[in-house]
Amino acid sequence: MNGLALQARDLVKSFGDFVAVDHVTLEVARGEIFGFLGPNGAGKSTTIRMLCGLLTPTSGLALINGIDVAKDPEEVRRNLGYMSQKFSLYDDLTVEQNIDFFAGMYGVPRDRRNQRKEYALEMARLGERRAALTGSLSGGWKQRLALGCAILHDPPILFLDEPTSGVDPIVRGVFWDLIRGLSATGHTIFVSTHYMDEAEYCHRLALMHRGKVIALGTPSELRHKQSAHSLLRLDSSEPLETMRALEQVSGVVDVAVFGGGLHVTVDDPDATAERIRQKLTAAAIDIHRLEKILPSLEDVFVSMIEGEERRAA
Amino acid sequence: MSFRRTRAVFVKELHHITRDSRSLALALAMPVMMLLLYGYALSLDVDHIPALVYDQDNTSASRDLIRQFEGSRFFTIRGFPAGYRQIEHDINFSTILIGIVIPRGFGDDLQSGRGGEVQLLVDGSDSNTSAIAIGYAESIVQGYSARARVRNVTPAAPPPVDARMRVWYNSSLESKNYVVPGLIAVILMILAGQLTSLTIAREWEMGTMEQLLSTPLRPAEMLLGKMAAYFVVGLVDSAIALIIGLVVFTVPFRGSFLVLVASTCLFLFGVLCWGIFISAGSRTQVEAYQMGMLSTFLPGFLMSGFVFAIDTMPKLIQVISVVVPARYFVAILKSVFLKGVGMSAIWDQMVFLAIFGGLVFWLAARKLRNQKVA
Repeated sequence: MNGLALQARDLVKSFGDFVAVDHVTLEVARGEIFGFLGPNGAGKSTTIRMLCGLLTPTSGLALINGIDVAKDPEEVRRNLGYMSQKFSLYDDLTVEQNIDFFAGMYGVPRDRRNQRKEYALEMARLGERRAALTGSLSGGWKQRLALGCAILHDPPILFLDEPTSGVDPIVRGVFWDLIRGLSATGHTIFVSTHYMDEAEYCHRLALMHRGKVIALGTPSELRHKQSAHSLLRLDSSEPLETMRALEQVSGVVDVAVFGGGLHVTVDDPDATAERIRQKLTAAAIDIHRLEKILPSLEDVFVSMIEGEERRAA
Repeated sequence: MSFRRTRAVFVKELHHITRDSRSLALALAMPVMMLLLYGYALSLDVDHIPALVYDQDNTSASRDLIRQFEGSRFFTIRGFPAGYRQIEHDINFSTILIGIVIPRGFGDDLQSGRGGEVQLLVDGSDSNTSAIAIGYAESIVQGYSARARVRNVTPAAPPPVDARMRVWYNSSLESKNYVVPGLIAVILMILAGQLTSLTIAREWEMGTMEQLLSTPLRPAEMLLGKMAAYFVVGLVDSAIALIIGLVVFTVPFRGSFLVLVASTCLFLFGVLCWGIFISAGSRTQVEAYQMGMLSTFLPGFLMSGFVFAIDTMPKLIQVISVVVPARYFVAILKSVFLKGVGMSAIWDQMVFLAIFGGLVFWLAARKLRNQKVA
């Protein structure tokens, strides 16, 4: 066995003329938390569905634990847990009935069934609500139950398609604690999200845009990758006038409002910073802060996607 | 094929069924309502035909003939007009179905051995009933005139040939005796088709199908598990229909209970699989419901031979009816209820039911196998 939990090679899915997934190639190591990011409609869910064998790829290859998804889908399904974007447990069954059903589906051995069920209930903190109708649970509880059901058979790899969408920040935090816990016990987690702050929790990331993976690496690799430009943080007394003034400074590539200040993308940070200082001083604008900063993942992704869009246009 | 997964699906479906008490109540009340409604409404017996008699002859012979009509349970004489106008009016207003005109000289004709003739004016807008009414009236008139001729002309001669009919199996010729067993078959077809026709479409609509497809569950296991759960409901429905047939409609049951159970199981299996097949081809419950209704209701009523004889239908319809499972079940139920025959007389119908069940199971499993998230 190699150390890879997942391999995708040139996965393509087209619906008629529309190419939803365009030659995606990925490798995920065992125990990794692999984040799959991108705007809505980028092809994240379609990719995940192909990796799980729910969708047949137009072309390309997907291997889970070294098993070809197209050749032995049943064996693959035994090895994975899947949580779809849309809640997909039975609302008219109780918490416990849902767990029992999926334990049956995954063929959890009889002697381990109770233990797994209690584990899932405890993990989802639904022990006291085991007899409640699933439909009566709120969104966050439902998501945790869905995660509990997806790991009943202790699958080595777990696919979570936007597990935290529509869930409040506190529950999201709890959810990521669970994911980290699972990763620590050797589970591989493939998780898609469009929350950029969640990207920081992942070991490695892929950024998807219009069906293509446009960036791949660890969070810090991605932050440093944007080497052609640097980012300056600029806080001043007159942000709007500052923006206007910056348009005339050579070396400034882009200016964006960020919190109470500005993020200025520049070519040559030291020289450009000096020019900015002169320009603003001449315009009688006070500079509270001007320094080179490491871009956040959000900066990186936004600029990457904008770059892609510019290239396409 | 995993027994454990099949059983898990079965248990889950039972939870759905018992949770949704309104649908369950409806599924159990349906056979009662339909049997009572159709059982009483679909009486094909023609008796107490409203009639008017215009007696132009007014002799003892004509009055004697009128008494024959009055004595028959097939006719109810509503009056004795003195002309055609009243008969025409009443036929137009549908208050009578037949007018009987006994012409002047009827008694004399009988007396002289020429045989009497009677004019019948019938409302032909309901051709079926009027043909039956004509038949009854003719037989009364002919019987009467034959007897009169024998009496008057050659008192010593032996009577003409007298054919006596004996009807087997439904000796009282009551239509309910053959309508109700057939009706049970048709109702079970509609019900069973309905029960399962929503089950796959619902999984799609709720988004739960995606989760199911991500598990190792196989199509045949899903099919069998779901089928088994609704099979239980179908059997209860069958028992309800049977009891109503026997108790309320007092249909005789002459056959083997075992044959009844075996054929019912075979039939339910086929039709439940049909419902799942329909469901697997639909992505919404509305679509599945309409397809289910369309493919069970009309063929069930029209092409099962439960009232309308298949032999007299156009060739094309006859060919189509071969794939209507109710056709075989209707034949089996009529045989089991009325004829009391054993397996030997209906095995061919059973084989057809088995073939249908096997074929539809295979089709449904194949359809489920091809289900992918789109």
